[in-house]
Formats: sequence, structure tokens, C-alpha cells
Amino acid sequence: METANAVAEPVVRLRNASLRFGDRLLWEGLDLDIQPGEFLAVLGPNGSGKTTMLKTLLGLQQLSGGSVEVAGKPATRGSRLVGSIPQQRPFAENTPLRARDLVALGIDGHKWGIRLKHKAMRQRVDGLLELVGATAYADRPVGVLSGGEQQRLRAAQALADNPRLLLCDEPLLSLDLHHQQAISGLIHRQACDRGAAVVFVTHEINPILQYVDRVLYLAGGRFHVGTPAEVMRSEVLSELYGSPIEVFESNGRIVVVGMPETVNHAHPQEGA
Amino acid sequence: MDLNDIWSTVFSFQDYAEILPLVTNSLIAGALLGLVGGMIGIFVMLRDMAFAVHGIAELSFAGAAFALLIGANVVFGSLVGSILAALVLGMMGAAAKDRNSIIGVLMPFGLGLGILFLALYEGRSANKFGLLTGQIVAVDTVQLGLLAVCSVVVLIALVAMWRPLTFISVDPAVATARGIPAAKLSVAFMVVLGLAVALSIQVVGSLLVLSLLITPAAAAMRITANPAATVSLSVLFAMTSVVGGILLALAGSLPISPYVTTISFLIYVICRLIAWRRDRVRHIETAALAA
Repeated sequence: METANAVAEPVVRLRNASLRFGDRLLWEGLDLDIQPGEFLAVLGPNGSGKTTMLKTLLGLQQLSGGSVEVAGKPATRGSRLVGSIPQQRPFAENTPLRARDLVALGIDGHKWGIRLKHKAMRQRVDGLLELVGATAYADRPVGVLSGGEQQRLRAAQALADNPRLLLCDEPLLSLDLHHQQAISGLIHRQACDRGAAVVFVTHEINPILQYVDRVLYLAGGRFHVGTPAEVMRSEVLSELYGSPIEVFESNGRIVVVGMPETVNHAHPQEGA
Repeated sequence: MDLNDIWSTVFSFQDYAEILPLVTNSLIAGALLGLVGGMIGIFVMLRDMAFAVHGIAELSFAGAAFALLIGANVVFGSLVGSILAALVLGMMGAAAKDRNSIIGVLMPFGLGLGILFLALYEGRSANKFGLLTGQIVAVDTVQLGLLAVCSVVVLIALVAMWRPLTFISVDPAVATARGIPAAKLSVAFMVVLGLAVALSIQVVGSLLVLSLLITPAAAAMRITANPAATVSLSVLFAMTSVVGGILLALAGSLPISPYVTTISFLIYVICRLIAWRRDRVRHIETAALAA
């Protein structure tokens, strides 16, 4: 154990981690510690293995080499220490669930049988709905909620067990600017401020720039880790992509120019 | 045949009191199947599997026809056909797209086999027709026992996987991240669905299974999003359709399935009307608030 120094034990510890599908290399030699309360943004083009990175942390995807630990133990499927928020995806209009039922499923949906303790669950769900500001539509069908309202419920589900690690897979996609700010602020406040680490996969860093401590940039089988100021630079991105890229800063926003559609021409789709 | 004749064929309540005790078995079976159909229908809707139900039903029909041909128990035959079909679909068609093409291939094959077996069969022609359009009035005590046991198995299995199955059906991304074994649950559900289809065929026949496994759940989901209310209403609708259908069929001299399907269809139409009215009122209120 290397916990002798003053730094708290990292929530995530990746050592010499590599991942490949057949002859296609996503990344290799990745050493990364993520500390409690840290907000890590994972960026990169389609097919660079961003989502697959989250799957390894969830224990749904084995590494090809190296090791991954969450809270000191190898990542395992179904761990209660990990919460996750997916991309917004509309529910069928007549889905027989209300907002509160969706949150409740996030809490005990993995258990067998039917729910017996309704009263205790109701209190817990009410508390979570309040935490994420969703009380007003607690009893509305999920099928009629807007994308932003829905993502608040996702946050409530993910935060239910006070996770040590919160994984977000493009949770702001297809939300308007107002909701992007509200949801990212909510994630930062409710996770980082409580000492959980956040791993936030995104293709657009600006909505979360003010919260990001470090960036993991994946591209073309390589990666770069550092603060936004260290990574979001013309030289770094040009080297990662292997083609000239220019990064400008304007009004606190980062503008990247000359980004190729994808670096991995053989496999334009995001990895499984 | 004029209209009056048709009417008295459809509804005639003479001798009703004498016939009723003879069909107690059928009524019990009908109520059980209503319970099963109403509950599993919710998941069929959530998982978008109406076409799978239809496909399983045709293979179940083939199994039943084969049993009829060789003189075996017809309920048993339709169970074997259904579960085989469900297993094939469960193993091969995890994604909805694959599943639909596999069903499209299996269904005519099953129906063709069934017709072949029926053509070879030389017994009563009412038996043949019954497989396609329902035959519950003839349920005897042995069959009732088999139906009841299978219904209880389906109900226990459904209750056991209720939460994770709901979770993975409505919210696969989060449920998978939570560690719920999607593939295993999917196969388990297909087997349970196979059982339920085989049971429903005994009431409404293989061509009309959807009226029991889809329509009541679809109707309930139109008017509420409360999960407990949805299940209760769906079961109530399914039971009303089957038991009501049997009771009405006694009055005429027709098979019961048209009564069951008509009641179930009317319930659906009424639910849609209620939902439409409610949404319109809501719409007007929102517009008034905005003004």
C-alpha cells in the first residue's frame, strides 16, 4: 500500500491499464489516480474508448492489461460504491412509471421480488427528489418529462447510495444551455462537495469547464492527462491527433479548431 | 339467415342457469389466465414484444396440432412448442431488430407445420378450429390442473423478477451499470412468456393471443403511469375480458374468442377515449395558465 503520504487513498487507481479490441488499440500504459472530490473530464473523438473507460470502472469491461481499482478493490460489476448517469434518452410516452418510481428503481431495482417497504422508500425518494430539485414533478409520468427534468432524476438515482465514484456518460447531450448548466452544477455540488470523485465523459468541455480539475484526453491510441490549461493546448492536441489543431481561449471558453471527424478511420463508431 | 337469426346465435339466454354450473372449470381457468395475461402484458409492452408473442403463438399452435395428431395432451403440446420458440428467440434475438427478423422467419414455418399436422388429423374438425380460435369451454379437470400449475409457475416467476425486469426493460443503460444481468433475465422472461402464451392459447386460440397479452396492458398504460395501478387495471381488464367472454359465449352458440376479443377491444377504446379527454383538458388548462 502507498497510503503513507498525506493524500487520501484514491477512489480510482489505474495501473499500466490497456484496452484493445482485436488489433485495434484504444489506450495503453494508462496510470491514473483519481482523488476524492476530484472532477475528471474524459474527452476524445468517437471511438477513442471514452465510454469503454467507464465500463471498465463499472466492472462491465475487462482490461486487456494492467489493473483497475475502485476504492482499493478491483472494479466489480454492480458495486454500490459507484453511481452512474447515462446519456439522456427519451422514455416511451406511455411508460408506466412516474418520476418517483424511476428514482426508486435506481435505489432497489436490482433486488429480486416486488417492493415491500413502501413507506421507507417513499421518504427516501422524497429526500432525493428534493436534493436534485425535482419535487415539483415527482408524480408526473416519466414519458412526458423534458430532457433536463429527466437528467435530474438520473442524478437522484446515481446519488442515492452516496457513491464514492460518480460516472457520467455525456449526461448533457441534447440538453439546452440552461439545463446543461443546471445539471453540471448539480453533479459538481452533490458529488464533489461530498467527497465523491466524478468521471465525466463529454465531447464538449465548455459547459463543465469551471468544475474540471483534470482532463484525460484520449485519441488515436494515446492519451494525455493534466489540468485543462495543460491539456487543452494547440501542441498537445496536435500531437494527440497527429494533425495541426489550434486551441483558442475566448471569454473563458475553449474553442478548438481543425478537429478531424475521427482519428480512427477504420472504426468510426464508439467502442462497444 | 336474417338479422334476428344472427342475433339469437350471438346472444340467447335460454337455459342459461342450467349451463352455468357446467362451465365452472372454464371460469376458474379463465380468471387465472386473466391474471397471468394482465401481469405479463405489462412486460410485453415495456419490452416491445408484441410480435414475439404472435410468433411464439404460431409455434405453440404447431406443437398443439402435433399433439392432437398423435393423440397426446394438447395443452402439453402447445407448451412444448411455445417454450422451444421462446428459447430460440431468447438465445438468438437479444436485439429487437434481430428478434423481429427471426420471428418473421419462424412464424410462417410454425403456422405451416401446424396446418400440415391438422390436415393429417382425421378427428373432429371442431378440435382443429379450436386450436386457432380458442376452446376453453371444453376444459376438463385434468387440463384445469395443468393450466393452474403453469399459471402459478408463471406468476411466481414474474413476481420474483419483477423489479430487475422492470428496471432492465425501461432503463437498460442504468440497469446494466447497476450490474443487472440483462441477457439472463431476457432468456428467463422469454421462457415465462412462452408458458403464458401456451396458456392463453387454450382460451382464445393462437390467432388471438394478443387480445389477452397486449390489449389489457396497453389499455391500462393509456390511463395511468402509476405502476401499481397499471398492473391492477391490466389484470382487471384481462379478467373481465376472459370471464365476461365465457359468460356471454354460453348465451350463444359461437366460440368464446370473439366475445373475449371484443370486450378487450372495447375496454381499450374506452381507455383511449378517457386518456384523450384528460389530455385535452390538461392542454386547455396549460394554455389558460400561459395566457
